Amino acid sequence: MELFWYIIIATILTVFFILDGYDFGAGIIHLFFAKKEKDKEVITKSAGLFWDSNEVWLVAAGGTLFMAFPTFYASVFSGFYLPLIIVLWLIIFRAMGLEFRGQFSYQMWKDIWDKSFGISSLLLAFFFGVALGNIVRGVNLGAVENGVSVHEGHFFFLPLWNSDFSPLNETPGVIDWFTIIIGLISVVVLAIHGANWIVLKTKSSINEKLKTIVFRLNIVLLLLTILSVIVWLNINPNAFSNFVERPYLFVFPLVYLSGLIGLFFIKRLEKDIYSFILSTLLIIGGITASLASLFPVILPSTNNVNESLTIYNTAASEYGLSVALNWGIIGFILLFVYMIIQKRLMGGKIDDMDYGH
Amino acid sequence: MEDMIFYDRLQFAFTITFHYIFPQLTMGLSLMIVYFKWKFLRNKIEKYNNAAKFFMKIFAVNFTMGVITGIPMEFQFGTNWAKFSELTGGIIGQTLAMEGTFSFFLESSFLALFIFGEKLMGQKLHFLTGFLVFLGSWGSGYFILATNAWMQHPVGYEILDNGTYVLENFSALFKNPWLLPTFLHNQMASLITSAFVVASIGAFYILRNKNKEYGKLFLKTGVVFGFTASVLVAFPTGDWNAKNVAKYQPASFAAMEGIFETEPKGAEIVLIGQPNMVEKKLDNKIAVPNILSFLTYQEWDRQILGMDKFKKEELPDNIPALYYAYHIMVGLGTIFIGIMGLSAFFLWRKKLYTIKPLLWGIMFLVPFPYIANLTGWYVAELGRQPYLVYGLLKTSDGISPTVSSGNTLFTLLGFVALYMLLGLLFLVLVGKTIHQGPKPQKH
Repeated sequence: MELFWYIIIATILTVFFILDGYDFGAGIIHLFFAKKEKDKEVITKSAGLFWDSNEVWLVAAGGTLFMAFPTFYASVFSGFYLPLIIVLWLIIFRAMGLEFRGQFSYQMWKDIWDKSFGISSLLLAFFFGVALGNIVRGVNLGAVENGVSVHEGHFFFLPLWNSDFSPLNETPGVIDWFTIIIGLISVVVLAIHGANWIVLKTKSSINEKLKTIVFRLNIVLLLLTILSVIVWLNINPNAFSNFVERPYLFVFPLVYLSGLIGLFFIKRLEKDIYSFILSTLLIIGGITASLASLFPVILPSTNNVNESLTIYNTAASEYGLSVALNWGIIGFILLFVYMIIQKRLMGGKIDDMDYGH
Repeated sequence: MEDMIFYDRLQFAFTITFHYIFPQLTMGLSLMIVYFKWKFLRNKIEKYNNAAKFFMKIFAVNFTMGVITGIPMEFQFGTNWAKFSELTGGIIGQTLAMEGTFSFFLESSFLALFIFGEKLMGQKLHFLTGFLVFLGSWGSGYFILATNAWMQHPVGYEILDNGTYVLENFSALFKNPWLLPTFLHNQMASLITSAFVVASIGAFYILRNKNKEYGKLFLKTGVVFGFTASVLVAFPTGDWNAKNVAKYQPASFAAMEGIFETEPKGAEIVLIGQPNMVEKKLDNKIAVPNILSFLTYQEWDRQILGMDKFKKEELPDNIPALYYAYHIMVGLGTIFIGIMGLSAFFLWRKKLYTIKPLLWGIMFLVPFPYIANLTGWYVAELGRQPYLVYGLLKTSDGISPTVSSGNTLFTLLGFVALYMLLGLLFLVLVGKTIHQGPKPQKH
């Protein structure tokens, strides 16, 4: 039952990153590459029409995580207190950018909200990668000092960074040079994903240029990916033991790799949807491969005193999990149905759609 | 430790207060939008359709605000109340997760369709999307109140040796005797807010002599909805809630009614007075004898326990705030019945649109339903103190053990600054929508 909910929540989270990922990515592209007012407007629209229904997946992920793994929820949310609250502020700034831009037509107003949308999208993409990096690297559970836990074994608190930014420090910070690399990977992946979304959904004048940009970003991504694997193995020599023991798990990194390789051929792809699918594979593969490398651990302990958090020692009661399954199944079918109805009705290029106001 | 609890509570109180400005409008307004759209389907008068679309614009701004201030609420269970989340997540996580998966989803998916899809879908489907938005928003309210009801009156649980609360009976969460009365009371209260907003925009248009036909429609609809809801919020739903508090939280009941000393026979109802916590009495009290006993138990001489009969640690920790919140809520509720009753009377006599003082009154009363809604929630939450889960888990035992007060103050200050900015922009946007008016814009 724990395993089942783990898969459901991992699925919801992955869907969240695929969906909200493209509007984060659109924000990053918007920040760096959109120069003409018409392009800026249509890129904002390609995110603005969808962001709130995409963010519902975040709420659903939070809610189900709370219900199924309350100990994990409590531990991680209080332990990563500062970065999480900062993420909340960025989400608010981003939403303001998307919703307020079109309300008045003078340029200065638009410029303010364009920057708000773009910069917070960039930082959010970075922070989400950093979060994944932290989960993979592990934390000092129980805040152990000199072999003694200061707190209960499943609680901790991470500063934003340590003086040396080292992941090997006894009490690592949220931002260290390993998590920075993962953060950059996340920025590049979502930028690629966002660019593909813009090409798919709009007739912006930079569409052709974006394909070249995706190609170049993909080279950067390849280098960053290799770098991250080397660093990861340096921090934790056993990082890939799960894959060695259970070779079928290799399917997840392969999904990532197929996306990565496929995107090098972006200019030869016949339909725009193909490149979007490839960047979707990047996201699916990236998240699932990271989770699979840890399984069944969901937050490794970096000390020898307290054991890592797993899906088994943080789950709610058996009865609770199984009764939630009854409404959960209906709920998740509905989630997908709503999503499909909505995407259907708003299919095709969105340039000519009337964006409210 | 003390200041950790203080800042955690302050941050939650601040962020939830700001958040609840928005859902209380959207819940009520969604029903009124469904009404306008339904009238349009029946009579095909364009005015009703424009009214539905105009208020959906206002709804959308409020909904966005509700979403971006609502995500921090869900997060804060984990960030600031980690121990509480760990211990009770197996239970309240159920209802919170259902809120996210069923209702919130419904609301946000179909809101976009309602706003952008009228031409695409045709009128009947457009009505249906509006109805689904309404269903989603009331469903959200229901699941949130189910969560709160469990905290007020825990049912269907079992406590393990390590202090964890485990779910024992899922359906008990929804059969909780606390749930239905608070849900209905809360929905009627939010309908009052939206009715006042609709009516006051109507009054504004009439007084400004602009969009007058819409002004009359809004005023009429607002008054009819407002009067109905004002009555229903007091009786039976408010009455029903008070009886629940008297039954399940007698200490809170004594505190909110301001009964310091137990009277031998029937208890008086306090209308005005200031709690004096040093001398344990009400200063400048005006009270009517025996009424409280009658209202609560329909017996003039029934004894009601005062605060003197409870131990200090059973009583709420901020009695004056609880007392004032309750009396402000009840006082405003009474004023709403009065002004909406008067307006309904003149509407019936077909004189409403010409009585200017009344129109001015309706227009300027619009902040007060918001205050009544928020103080109502303060009554529920302050009344539950010093517990998070009534009678079982103390508030002081629920906070995150590793988050220092300095960090909470830092984030609290950030929220204050950000929400001030957000509030300002919100007013500008709503003001702009009202200024543009409900007539279709020419492109």
